[in-house]
Amino acid sequence: MISTLIQLFISYIKIGFFGFGGGYAMLSLIHSEVVVKNAWLTNGEFADIVAISQMTPGPIAINSATYIGYEIAGIGGSIVATVAVCLPALTLMMLITHFFLRLQHNSVIKGAVMGMRPVVVGMIASAALLLMFPHSSDGESFIDGWSWAIFGLTLVGSAKKINPILLIIVSGIMGVIIYGL
Amino acid sequence: MGKLFDIFLSFLKIGAFTFGGGYAMIPLIQHEVINHRGWLTDKEFIDLLTIAQTAPGPISLNTAVFVGYKFCRYWGALAAVLGAVIPSFVIILVVAIFFTNIRDNVWVDAAFKGMRPAVVALIVAPIVGLTKGMHWVGLSIALATALVVWHFGFSPIWLIIAGAIGGIVWMARHGEEGKQ
Repeated sequence: MISTLIQLFISYIKIGFFGFGGGYAMLSLIHSEVVVKNAWLTNGEFADIVAISQMTPGPIAINSATYIGYEIAGIGGSIVATVAVCLPALTLMMLITHFFLRLQHNSVIKGAVMGMRPVVVGMIASAALLLMFPHSSDGESFIDGWSWAIFGLTLVGSAKKINPILLIIVSGIMGVIIYGL
Repeated sequence: MGKLFDIFLSFLKIGAFTFGGGYAMIPLIQHEVINHRGWLTDKEFIDLLTIAQTAPGPISLNTAVFVGYKFCRYWGALAAVLGAVIPSFVIILVVAIFFTNIRDNVWVDAAFKGMRPAVVALIVAPIVGLTKGMHWVGLSIALATALVVWHFGFSPIWLIIAGAIGGIVWMARHGEEGKQ
């Protein structure tokens, strides 16, 4: 139990520390720690949490930390994971707030930011690929032609700037109609 | 003490109403921190966005630390972070507690079967915009990152470090004009 909590803490410190590029880029990092390395969740459960995070307030990194922490180790786990994911931002941002305005034209910082940008885009793409074509068959996101139809419709809706929460709700209703009735 | 509580309350509000995360919440923060409280000027807000996007971690957290630290140093940062985190923590905890009990319900399962491909679409959507106008070197790096993480299960951490080092070396050799 204690070792699980420690592992949870370390994983979410890492996610907080290397979570460049915002929510979707962080997904592949979270997936790597939670599904690939520690096998705390299956691919399908991971996709479910992303869906829940979309519908509830707050950043996905924190939502997933709280949720996964609870799944693995109860309320204690959810506190440990949430604190861990906040710590790097808390400490780093205080340092950065102190120094950044003087450093933002520094060529080393500029170079690092520039070099990370394409990696971040690749990380977003890898999160999509991991959910579209998982390596194991547990909890696939795409189960039949309907899945691809919902995928296509949501993509079009997103391009038309429809609110993502609405898109998730509509796809949930479509799921109930297609698979539940 | 009063100021600390104000900071806490403002970020509690921001934390409770920022659905979808990231850029969706910028107008709300802007309203609360500039118009309502007058804590930052427009110029400071632009600086804040630059910093919050450059630093690792969720933008809302980074914003909270920036504003909180600016006004009440460490305690301000802590109060702001607590405010920003508490709403999502409580809501997700409630969801997690109940969701485990209803997850196997036929209807809930059907709804999630519908939502999973939609989630993937929402992740795919921004990629098009992000790759637009990208240098071919950047595109190849993005593609290689995606394949290596997806196919070989590489941790993205090493790729971020490699990207940062690569960018620093590139900048040292080519200077500004090589910017992607």
